Amino acid sequence: MFTISNYVKAKTLEEAYELNQARSSRVMGGMMWMRLGNARIKTLIDLSGLGLDRIEETDNVIRIGAMCTLRQLEQCDALKRLFGDGVAESVRHIVGVQFRNQATVGGSIYGRFGFSDVLTAFLAMDTFVELYNGGTVRLSDFVNRKQDKDLLLSVIVRKGKRQFRYESIRQTQTDFPVLACATVTGIVHGQETWYFSIGARPMKAALLEKKWEIPRDASEEMIREYAQEVAASFTYGTNMRGSAEYRQHLAEVLVRREISSILAEER
Amino acid sequence: MEVQFVLNKKQVKVDVGPDAVLLNVLRELGCKSVKCGCETTNCGLCTVWIDGKSRLSCSVLAVSVGGHEITTLEGVEEEAAEFGRFLAEEGAEQCGFCSPGFIMNVLAMVRELEDPGIEEIKEYLAGNLCRCTGYMGQMRAIEKYLAYRKEARG
Repeated sequence: MFTISNYVKAKTLEEAYELNQARSSRVMGGMMWMRLGNARIKTLIDLSGLGLDRIEETDNVIRIGAMCTLRQLEQCDALKRLFGDGVAESVRHIVGVQFRNQATVGGSIYGRFGFSDVLTAFLAMDTFVELYNGGTVRLSDFVNRKQDKDLLLSVIVRKGKRQFRYESIRQTQTDFPVLACATVTGIVHGQETWYFSIGARPMKAALLEKKWEIPRDASEEMIREYAQEVAASFTYGTNMRGSAEYRQHLAEVLVRREISSILAEER
Repeated sequence: MEVQFVLNKKQVKVDVGPDAVLLNVLRELGCKSVKCGCETTNCGLCTVWIDGKSRLSCSVLAVSVGGHEITTLEGVEEEAAEFGRFLAEEGAEQCGFCSPGFIMNVLAMVRELEDPGIEEIKEYLAGNLCRCTGYMGQMRAIEKYLAYRKEARG
């Protein structure tokens, strides 16, 4: 069972950051995962009073506050305009509406959980995280950093003409994914570029970037070869939900479907 | 720590530990409809509304709800009983243990979604588990309840 000796609803970011420097302090997100552990927390820091629960859209970026819920992501018009139904698809299988009304984007990203659909989805996009002390860093760098005592303030997605697809495989509805997969494509520095993020391998999501020009009328066989190459570029593990071999097979199938779906739309 | 919130339209003040979860505090305040069914944040039995939104009270710290408005089944008794009659008429209930959380989420759904289709309903209620039934009776009850509400509104 987890225990908390002291709860503080921070009045400023500075206060939250200072309190968090103690070894036994923890920042609270939605409390979905932390509660299930055995942490003995001296000071629990609540960021909910600091205005981090908004999604803001500017000309160049969408800034998602760390305390935004997964339900806010699911219902966000700006993300839907940019990426279609993919963002909602990435979260709608997570437990239930009640859970998604509570689980936070910041908690999902900061935790860098292996099972995270949210991390898998954002990793494929042009995404940065804004830290209180560490500045703004690419999510693809942040994902491999060790957990430290900084505060995650927001997740920033740069706008751009990108296609986005998300798929996951679950043994039962609302369970953790056996495998999750996001594909993004767009023109980057004048060149067609593909990004593939695969999560729940069961290790946390990783990213692959390919400067591929895939013809819009590529045959199914050709797409299969691309998908095979993508799937073979990641490592997989075995756990109660599936073997490494099975996961690699799923990755190939999901990547193939996502590439096909993007090409079909652009044809 | 002292915390004040609105529970079913009444202001309450309670003294709770920093790690007390809302579920237990609500039960101590007499709201016995709120139950823990799974211990893994999965089953939806502990569903209450916080500021009108369905939430899992098993994962909410009581100290964090200061100034917010909590609604449990006890706070929407008439409406719950009305929908409960539809459940009973369809023979949807067996042990009934999951019903309070389920009913709270159904009532949240009818407030949030306009004229939902079957798939939308299933998705909205996917986080409410029932281990006795196959949800068929519940689905029939919801469809009839929605039709009844639509007619009542003219």
